[in-house]
Amino acid sequence: MQTILELLAICLILLNFRLLGASRLRSCVGAVAIQALALNLLPLLSSAGENWWIIAMMAGSTAIKVIVLPALVLRAIDRTKVVNEIEPLVGYTKSLIIGAAMLALCAFASRRLTVPLGGVDQILVPISLFTILTGAFLLVARRKAITQVLGFLVLENGVYLFGVTFAVSEPWLVQMGVLLDLMAAVFVMGIIIYHINREFDHIDIDRLSNLRDGR
Amino acid sequence: MIISAIQVLLALLLAPALLSIIRIVKAFFGGRHGPTLLQPYRDLWKLARKAPVYSRTTSWVFRASPSVTLGAVLAALAVLPLCGVPGPLAFTGDFIFLAYAFGLVRFFTVAAALDTGSPFEGMGASREVQFSALAEVALFACLIALAILSSSMSLSTMLDHSWAAAGNMRGEGVLILVAAALMLVLLAENARIPVDDPTTHLELTMIHEVMILDHCGLDLAMIEYASALKLWIWSAIVISVALPMRTGDAAFDIVAGVCGVFVIGILIGVIESIMARLKLLKVPQLLVVAMVLGLLAVGLGLR
Repeated sequence: MQTILELLAICLILLNFRLLGASRLRSCVGAVAIQALALNLLPLLSSAGENWWIIAMMAGSTAIKVIVLPALVLRAIDRTKVVNEIEPLVGYTKSLIIGAAMLALCAFASRRLTVPLGGVDQILVPISLFTILTGAFLLVARRKAITQVLGFLVLENGVYLFGVTFAVSEPWLVQMGVLLDLMAAVFVMGIIIYHINREFDHIDIDRLSNLRDGR
Repeated sequence: MIISAIQVLLALLLAPALLSIIRIVKAFFGGRHGPTLLQPYRDLWKLARKAPVYSRTTSWVFRASPSVTLGAVLAALAVLPLCGVPGPLAFTGDFIFLAYAFGLVRFFTVAAALDTGSPFEGMGASREVQFSALAEVALFACLIALAILSSSMSLSTMLDHSWAAAGNMRGEGVLILVAAALMLVLLAENARIPVDDPTTHLELTMIHEVMILDHCGLDLAMIEYASALKLWIWSAIVISVALPMRTGDAAFDIVAGVCGVFVIGILIGVIESIMARLKLLKVPQLLVVAMVLGLLAVGLGLR
């Protein structure tokens, strides 16, 4: 059990690096979906997996994050006819090196951090911090609006993973995480992208900073 | 001791066969009849009978390079373990010796390439040095992770004990990461496909092949044989990390190890058949991934 948990944890870290190094939108979406799936498997491996409400919550969250959200993002990619190539502001190789530095930082920080654990391994704390940082990095270092949504989803995955480590003592925290998912789905996808696309015929957010009043 | 010597002899004998395994797998994927298993031996024999020709612009560096290459690779072979059978000359810290024996090979190959004064060879030399600088970090990260896991400094015990040690302290993840990273480094160091295409005919796209364009005859035979041995050594290291079982019976271990090396050969052949070469700009990214895997393994091993 412990070994499987550790392998899943390594998977989560590698998926973060996959996201940092991926040059195609669709493979990014796939990586985010697989990451969410791995996240939802984690609590089932711990002792908390016996509670029925945890299983129900994981099933609901799997349905939303592994199927619904990626499908929505892929639909947005099709609808907006966005080019599949990601335009990074920070190059892929540099992103990977920064990722390694962030991972070291998280490992260092989590040693200083004492969190009450709910039956899940200590290894998950640095990984959740790393996932949050990866999401934040993707938010600032990628140009397209869709990659920003993906960055937000990754960030949310990290928050959720952090919540999972408390899942036994604080179930409502995880519930809030699921609600945050729905927020991401409805708010970010539904409103922002379609509106940007309808108003400006493209979703390159860099061009938004060049907007001027008619003079 | 005798069993270690047998293992080295097998490497010396079978290394060219590893190359033909890769070619046969590639031919199978391409729907062709591949070369026979003996073809690399025939090629080596053909080259070895020819006297080398030297350009008047080259110096002793160019002439020394093939012998130094072969000598350094043979020295590396002497410390190489194979699936639990230790290398005949294994000593403490020999993994650094192995890494820098290959470093010496690279230095002389590059120096000889620059010695010819050909612009193509200079270009290949520059690429080789750039990529190997990244590959070396990955290699050492992997070796350090193995050293931590097995708490030993000799390649033979490192590779022999790491699975047993991993079972005790739940380090299987570390070994999987190390095996994956070493496989990527193997592809880069041996000029295999995602990094370099050994069968390309265009000098502009070559890395390793372009550096040995001016060698011929016996010199070329020595270089080709050395690179076959190098591929064998790398495959043996990867399979020793990746194969979790040790029977304890040295004869069985050797058979398992040799079969494992050929499995790695098949794997390389499959990778070469289903993948295209990466753009040169993308190669550093691949090596950085290997580096990250290695560093992650070190981090997990230290935990």
